[in-house]
Amino acid sequence: MLRIQIITIAVNVLFVLYISRLIVKGKLREEYAIVWVICTIFLLLFSLWTDGLELLRRITGVVVAANLVFTGFIFAILVYLLHLSVVASKLHNDNKKLAQEISLLKEQFNKHLEEQKS
Amino acid sequence: MPGKVLIVIPCYNEEASLPTLLPELLATKLPNGYQLEAAVVNDCSKDNTVAVARKHKATVLDLPVNLGIGGAVQTGIRYARDNGFDLAIQLDGDGQHPPRELHKLINYHDETGANIVIGSRFLEKEGFQSSFVRRLGINYFHWVNRLMTGLAIYDSTSGFRLFDRKAIEMAAASYPDEYPEPESLVVFSKAGLKVAEVPVIMAERQGGQSSIRSFGSLYYCFKVSLAMFFSFIRKT
Repeated sequence: MLRIQIITIAVNVLFVLYISRLIVKGKLREEYAIVWVICTIFLLLFSLWTDGLELLRRITGVVVAANLVFTGFIFAILVYLLHLSVVASKLHNDNKKLAQEISLLKEQFNKHLEEQKS
Repeated sequence: MPGKVLIVIPCYNEEASLPTLLPELLATKLPNGYQLEAAVVNDCSKDNTVAVARKHKATVLDLPVNLGIGGAVQTGIRYARDNGFDLAIQLDGDGQHPPRELHKLINYHDETGANIVIGSRFLEKEGFQSSFVRRLGINYFHWVNRLMTGLAIYDSTSGFRLFDRKAIEMAAASYPDEYPEPESLVVFSKAGLKVAEVPVIMAERQGGQSSIRSFGSLYYCFKVSLAMFFSFIRKT
């Protein structure tokens, strides 16, 4: 086994452990962890199977294998960022509804208090 | 039976202008026997807007986080829906929309049955007319709106507007957050609501700052154009 393989595998294992720890502690929701777990699976796969990248390079017709890795990962990151924007938009809407509901309830509550006083 | 009108006043740091605006508003006699209630929507102001509004016996809808003008107006609209108001009129808290002009919107609504009535600065060139650059932007939105809805609304950025029962139901369900004025017109007219414009005389703001300043104005034009386009192609 090459030294670089050992390093990537070690980093992968640490990464998976860290993700698991976040999930266990309730700091990361499972649905957001899926993408990270898939990423580590890919990394692990190609650190074990060294010819795999060369094979993919030939299939896709990319000249330098590193470019294939960069293109693939940048695309995946862009898609994930878009997904996060969607999540943020949903949170924004939910937040708005909650804030409005709170202000309406506060007003009702104040009116009740005043009625009771008088 | 006389109807009820809710005056929705979105406020962000308006403690300076409310003490003149609220007494004037609450003393305003509305036409056709309409009963008036004023609702100050405090969009998480950093000053004493809430205390000032309470002192003047206005209904206060106090938002715990800053939602922007659209979210604030929608809060008032939802209050109007939940409490059975017949009309809701948005009136900005900075004193630009004088309460003495309210009867023009209400009368126009009662005469024509329009669902949305916009108070316009430009139909008759009287009162505060805004700066040149702003008028340029407003002109641009006039044409975009015309293109998308076929409506000839001259003051589509005006926040002085009346919602009838049907428009209240619609806006309570969905209303844009940021810079909602031009965009909401596309939504309303696509839904088949009748939008009309009536000339009013506006004043210059008494206090506070416009939400649209310097660099923000380019962003404003771009964001609103985009939002209008997507509202235009969205299926209702």
